[in-house]
Amino acid sequence: MANTNLLEVSHVRRTFPRGQGEELLVLDDVNLTLKQGEIVGLLGRSGSGKSTLLRLIAGLSKPQGGNLSYMGAPIEGPAQGVAMVFQGFALFPWLSVLENVQLGLEALGLPQKEIRARALAAIDLIGLDGYESAYPRELSGGMRQRVGFARAVVVHPNILLMDEPFSALDVLTAENLRTDLIELWGNGKLPIKGIILVTHNIEEAVLMCDRVLLFSSNPGRVSSEIKIDLPQPRDRTSPQFEHYVDQIYVEMTARRVERLREQQARANAGIEMPLVHVSPNQIAGLIEALAAAPYDGKADLPDIAYEQELEVDELFPVAEAMQLLRLAEIEGGDIRLTHMGKRFADADLNERKEIFSRALIGNVPLATHIRRVLDERASHSAPKTRFLDELEDHMAEDAAEDSLKTVVSWARFGELFSYDDDAALFSLENPT
Amino acid sequence: MKILPPVSIEARRLLPSRWDLLAAVMVLGFIVAFADVSRFLVHPLSSITGHDLYLDPANLPGYALRTALRMLIAMGVSLGFTFTYATWAAKSPRAGNLLVPLLDILQSVPILSFLSVTIVWFLSLSPGRIFGAELACVFTIFTGQAWNMAFSFYQSLRTVPPELEEAGRMFGLGAWARFWRIEAPFAMPPLIWNMMMSMSGGWFFVTISEAISVGKTNIALPGIGSWIAVAIAQKNLPAIFEAIFAMLVVILIYDQLLFRPLIAWADRFRIDDEQSEEQPQSWVLTMLRRSNLVDVMTAPFDAMMRWSYQLRPASFGLRAATREYDSRIANLLWYAILAMLGAFGAWRIYEFAHANLTWGDLGTAMGLGVITLVRVVVLIALASVIWTPIGIYVGLRPGLTRWVQPVAQFLAAFPANILFPLAVSVIVIWGLNPDIWLSPLMVLGTQWYILFNVIAGASAMPKELRDASDNLGVSGWLWWRKVALPSVFPYYVTGAITASGGSWNASIVAEVASWGSRTLHAHGLGAYIADAVSVGDFRRVVLGTAVMSFFVVVVNRILWRPLYWYAERKFRLT
Repeated sequence: MANTNLLEVSHVRRTFPRGQGEELLVLDDVNLTLKQGEIVGLLGRSGSGKSTLLRLIAGLSKPQGGNLSYMGAPIEGPAQGVAMVFQGFALFPWLSVLENVQLGLEALGLPQKEIRARALAAIDLIGLDGYESAYPRELSGGMRQRVGFARAVVVHPNILLMDEPFSALDVLTAENLRTDLIELWGNGKLPIKGIILVTHNIEEAVLMCDRVLLFSSNPGRVSSEIKIDLPQPRDRTSPQFEHYVDQIYVEMTARRVERLREQQARANAGIEMPLVHVSPNQIAGLIEALAAAPYDGKADLPDIAYEQELEVDELFPVAEAMQLLRLAEIEGGDIRLTHMGKRFADADLNERKEIFSRALIGNVPLATHIRRVLDERASHSAPKTRFLDELEDHMAEDAAEDSLKTVVSWARFGELFSYDDDAALFSLENPT
Repeated sequence: MKILPPVSIEARRLLPSRWDLLAAVMVLGFIVAFADVSRFLVHPLSSITGHDLYLDPANLPGYALRTALRMLIAMGVSLGFTFTYATWAAKSPRAGNLLVPLLDILQSVPILSFLSVTIVWFLSLSPGRIFGAELACVFTIFTGQAWNMAFSFYQSLRTVPPELEEAGRMFGLGAWARFWRIEAPFAMPPLIWNMMMSMSGGWFFVTISEAISVGKTNIALPGIGSWIAVAIAQKNLPAIFEAIFAMLVVILIYDQLLFRPLIAWADRFRIDDEQSEEQPQSWVLTMLRRSNLVDVMTAPFDAMMRWSYQLRPASFGLRAATREYDSRIANLLWYAILAMLGAFGAWRIYEFAHANLTWGDLGTAMGLGVITLVRVVVLIALASVIWTPIGIYVGLRPGLTRWVQPVAQFLAAFPANILFPLAVSVIVIWGLNPDIWLSPLMVLGTQWYILFNVIAGASAMPKELRDASDNLGVSGWLWWRKVALPSVFPYYVTGAITASGGSWNASIVAEVASWGSRTLHAHGLGAYIADAVSVGDFRRVVLGTAVMSFFVVVVNRILWRPLYWYAERKFRLT
């Protein structure tokens, strides 16, 4: 039934101004519905616009196109009945736990007696009993986020928005909080009708959500939707659970790898291919892990992510950089070292630098281009603006800065050329 | 970057310690000693002017240059003082015990008092020549610039992260190398902010320091300050505007050539996590960095510094500081010297007071002090009520902040004397009470520190907190009470401490205003000291100075310091 939808988001578009009249497209044609009794997860890498979408739903910013409606009415500002839990807790340090929880009720203008009663009830429900008069600075991270939950729940919202609520917590505390939340939700004790959870942790999404929307980045779009058909409470070790995790990994990698291949395969693949910043050490680290037992050069992405304690956010860019440099191949949910990758793993530092340098020259057009310009010039040096201007013909200012930063960091490792940040000057000499 | 107030906030105790008393006795004792000497020194030429000052716009660039140079020299001396005095205070617990309270007392002494008791001595250095007067002028500017810089540096040195210090030790850096590679860079961003503040202070008192008028000694050193003084005496309004324009130009040049590059350069020394959303840029710095000539010219200096890092002076640094307590003889000697200095100071003060002052004099000065206190309290309260909401409004809008900041910075440098024509005319024409209507001049330059700090506080408010309060629908008075005001409170306190201290100092130029032959007096300690200086009555200068120091220090101790710690404990976002 259409009228049980708590929230409808259709064709939403959001851009940010980016100097000189340019605009950065962050969300493009995003659709989403939230039904009663549902937990929907928004899963994607950082920069895929999922937090931006959450802020739009909360009415904290406005879209440039499309519609958002909450219980049938358009969202035109912070709506009553939509509460938010923040990644960094966002507690007011000068207010005690009780005062923090009461703030939202005071804003509603309720009578003092009711404010107190409801706040105490929420504190009780979330397990903060005895901490009423404590200040946030006296609490551990987990307890602070409980205050964040209590503060959101106390206003009896129809929709609870959670922006990576567990990512600032340590593993054990996060798991403890997740289970408590799921339990309260399952018992129907939370005065909430639907939840939207933003996360970049695949297992967290599978553990908590009824539906997961996968976001692709640049610009942010919903690339696919996966329904998690498992009863709560869910068991992380069950085969069905692992199946869902694998499926999401494959979905998330496949699309990106395809795009990367396209870019590389394009005959005139030139400097316009934006580079995402990954440090050579991260690349070397992953190569070593892949080369070692038990993987021996080939691994399941979820496995190695888990083993290396890497979040999707951290793993994908590294894997993609390795693909770009042809040190590894990504296929489905697997990553496999190439011949060069294996040689890199066995080499000592100097050989590694040489392999890396050749990989740069062969596969990264921007690196080749800068090196050629430096070789051709009599002074063997060139100002940064020389390349920045050129890049900005093809991409936004930020992406251009990022690409240059990346290529500098790679070239430094491969000793392909050097860069002096004070003078903003590329050159072939190493600093004396 | 966290800005600390320019008073000692380290100890949380309320009551003065023995060290505070010793510091007070020493400062006052020296002022008395100087004042006494001044009275008996034969006055040299009673009037030196390099050449007569003509209010001809053609002379103005030359005058502006001289004023600018004096300030630069004073800034150099202040830096030298900062690097030595503050370092000594921070590194040696034994010396720090005395040096910090001493700094606290020194910053409470109005600059006119320093000038009045030392001018004769400075002039006697080169009788009949302008050099002594120039020295006196630079010294006066120095006394307006040095203390807050030294405080800032001292406080930074005390808060160098221990892991940086330890890393330095592990790599075998000596104390000298650690100072230049770790400690000084760490202290740089707040120091530069304080240098800018000092520069504004220098401008505010530019007339006092250049047009020196102590008793029979009347000197007008060529410069913008003297220009303003002459223009006021001659009721020459166009000349006043020319002076404002010249000031604006010099301030802009200073900003572009000195402070912008310094800020852009010091940005690399910030080690706090908050990202500066915009890296400060300076064309001058970019030019210097790209220039090969500069590289070549600074190379020998670099090499010398690098070589010097191998030196390990034993008497410098923390190791020396920990060792010093071992030596009983050194301790004994140190305390003996202090006791002697204290006794000497006390004796001088006693003798001076006994011969010159009655309890009635003290009563008068204290009474006037209370009047000025009321003025400071009322005006700071008014300025707070006006500038706090405006600062919050501006600080939450980065676009607005970008152009409000430099304007307020210029206004902070605006000398009170320039408003004399306006103030005096209005008061005379409408027959107003000078006791009330001269008062606003006191916060003319200092109110901006409240604005600066509140803007900084509001723009440092985390985005998540703002989102949270929007999400909860907090608005109106509830928003001001529970969100906005608490979040800027620690910043406000720092601004208010700076403003209050500065206002006491400014009372000397604010409580007496003249335009042509018309001179208006308000009742108050500032006017008391200013009058005493202009007739050369050292008795009252000393008494007034002592009473003002007393008021400033007491207000700092019983009001601002506890408030500062309360704000830090309860409201600081970490």
